[in-house]
Amino acid sequence: MTTETLPKQENADSAIGTHVRGYVERVRGGELGALPAVFGLIILCVVFSVLRPSFLSALNFANLFTQGAAVAVIAMGLIFVLLLGEIDLSAGFASGVCAAVLAVLLTFQGWPWYLAVLTAMVTGAVIGLVLGSLVAKLGIPSFVVTLAAFLAFQGVVLLLVKNGTNISIRDETILAIANKNVPPAAGWIATAVGVAAYAAIQFVQARRRAARGLVAAPMAVIAARVAALAVIAGAAVYMLNLERSRTAIVSLKGVPIVVPLIVILLIIWTFVLRRTAYGRHIYAVGGNAEAARRAGINVDRIRISAFVICSFMASIGGIIAASRANSVDPNTGGSNVLLFAVGAAVIGGTSLFGGKGRALDAVLGGAVVAVIENGMGLMGYSAGVKFVVTGSVLLLAAGVDALSRKRSAATGR
Amino acid sequence: MSQGPILELRGINKSFGPVQVLHDVAFSVHPGEVTALVGDNGAGKSTLVKCIGGIHPIDSGEYLFEGERVHVNGPRDAAELGVEIVYQDLALCDNLDIVQNMFLGRERKSGLVLDEDTMEEMAAKTLAGLSVRTVKSLRQHVSSLSGGQRQTVAIAKAVLWNSKVVILDEPTAALGVAQTAQVLELVRRLADKGLAVVLISHNMNDVFAVSDRIAALYLGRMAAQVKASEVTHSQVVELITSGRSGELGIGNGIGAAS
Repeated sequence: MTTETLPKQENADSAIGTHVRGYVERVRGGELGALPAVFGLIILCVVFSVLRPSFLSALNFANLFTQGAAVAVIAMGLIFVLLLGEIDLSAGFASGVCAAVLAVLLTFQGWPWYLAVLTAMVTGAVIGLVLGSLVAKLGIPSFVVTLAAFLAFQGVVLLLVKNGTNISIRDETILAIANKNVPPAAGWIATAVGVAAYAAIQFVQARRRAARGLVAAPMAVIAARVAALAVIAGAAVYMLNLERSRTAIVSLKGVPIVVPLIVILLIIWTFVLRRTAYGRHIYAVGGNAEAARRAGINVDRIRISAFVICSFMASIGGIIAASRANSVDPNTGGSNVLLFAVGAAVIGGTSLFGGKGRALDAVLGGAVVAVIENGMGLMGYSAGVKFVVTGSVLLLAAGVDALSRKRSAATGR
Repeated sequence: MSQGPILELRGINKSFGPVQVLHDVAFSVHPGEVTALVGDNGAGKSTLVKCIGGIHPIDSGEYLFEGERVHVNGPRDAAELGVEIVYQDLALCDNLDIVQNMFLGRERKSGLVLDEDTMEEMAAKTLAGLSVRTVKSLRQHVSSLSGGQRQTVAIAKAVLWNSKVVILDEPTAALGVAQTAQVLELVRRLADKGLAVVLISHNMNDVFAVSDRIAALYLGRMAAQVKASEVTHSQVVELITSGRSGELGIGNGIGAAS
């Protein structure tokens, strides 16, 4: 067996070796994880910055984050539904409905921003409750339920914004989400605290496992992870803290407020999925619903809750979108938002077959989608070309997912 | 080990609509022994096991556990008594690792957070207690395991909870020769640890290799429950196919009551 036979004082080199070998084995066995998204991101960034140097400018870099934020947040919620092997096609327009609710309450009813935001989020949760109940209790396939909701919500948005006018948002707090920045010093402090906290958690965890004689990640691997996080986060904060104003009158620098918002959501959902029994049960239902049922897990409740989380996150995505556009119109959450969100999740490594995926996938995949859209925009391609390319990338990602699944089956994983 | 039965069924009847599947079945299981439950397709083995596991309620009859009458109305009740069933399709989640599968639905928590370390330790201890040495890492996904290893994990999952009776539904049906031997060895070890084991099998070699007692069902009736040492291979086959064999079996007075 594993634990008893392992010598406690393992040779450091061999420990790292085993760790690396284990990782390589997993990748070869079809568990690609974040690799395709990371490689795709690097290649895309290199290509675009060679073809259009302005891609790398501080202004455009900050743009990428605000552009991709709404899609990444919606994708993060979608991952819960995808983990169960279900789909939510209405997430895009659900975000539109919530954004419209927000706009109506803020602009027409004059509600304070916090009440309007709360109502929008509750709207999202209720939408999820209805969709989830229809899928879990009535047994209608999620594809059909959410396709119907897709159409219906499109109508709801139209009704809410009174047939095609657009509602502008003037509330300072809501506008700040996508348009204002964190002061540069605060950005650095938050980054330092975050990296230190990550390092501490990793270190304490490894120590505790080693003390109990369990296999722990070697210190060198932990150090490498912490260093990678510090370098990536540090570089991003540095870029975002550069002056990106084109005029000398107003200063424009700092991390956009959506970025810490996404990071917090990412941490929360990662914690839920990886460290709580609820998260474990989500994976179990996605992997083998019958086994989950026999283990005493309430499968219906898990299904419904996943749809609630998905639509709830869509409401936050809608709020971000409304903030970025300064307004809500009948197309908010429409056109390509849903496909981009599904694409982001799948490109990030979440499987459409259920049982595999992480909250981080939404952010990585969201970055890829944002880079494609942004870079092709800079190259001056038309919307038509952008759609074709993004569609192809989604198909490619789904192909990689299906192939890696085949490979897993072939190698017995 | 010759104390009384830990689990005893008397006069069990079970019908599905107009079809009576179990007729007046008596069945007893002793701690420290492997009881093989044999019978042809449709003889009622699965129904009997599901009645024991609380999945099907019994129509009439007595269910005694440790000498006391109990009412088992659902899988939870059975699990609380210490009765665990390992089904043929194993009920494992391929996308979870060994520890996660063993604790599925009964995770250890400290506060809100899963206590992974304790779970891993307990899983390691259980597997070591069963002398399982074929698993490379407790953190590998179940999908990467061989059939025999998956069976081992499913069995370990069943014994993790201080269960007293473990029922195995055709554990070797899909396995190769070497893996079958491994699993049978494990079955024998469970009994040697003092558990009562029920082994459902079609394979006479397996049955005679590990069991202490053999219970043969024939068309929903208990044809005979005998010590394995007292019968031959062909007698058991006769019991399965015709419900009687010489002195043994239905209609000879010895059968069900032994």
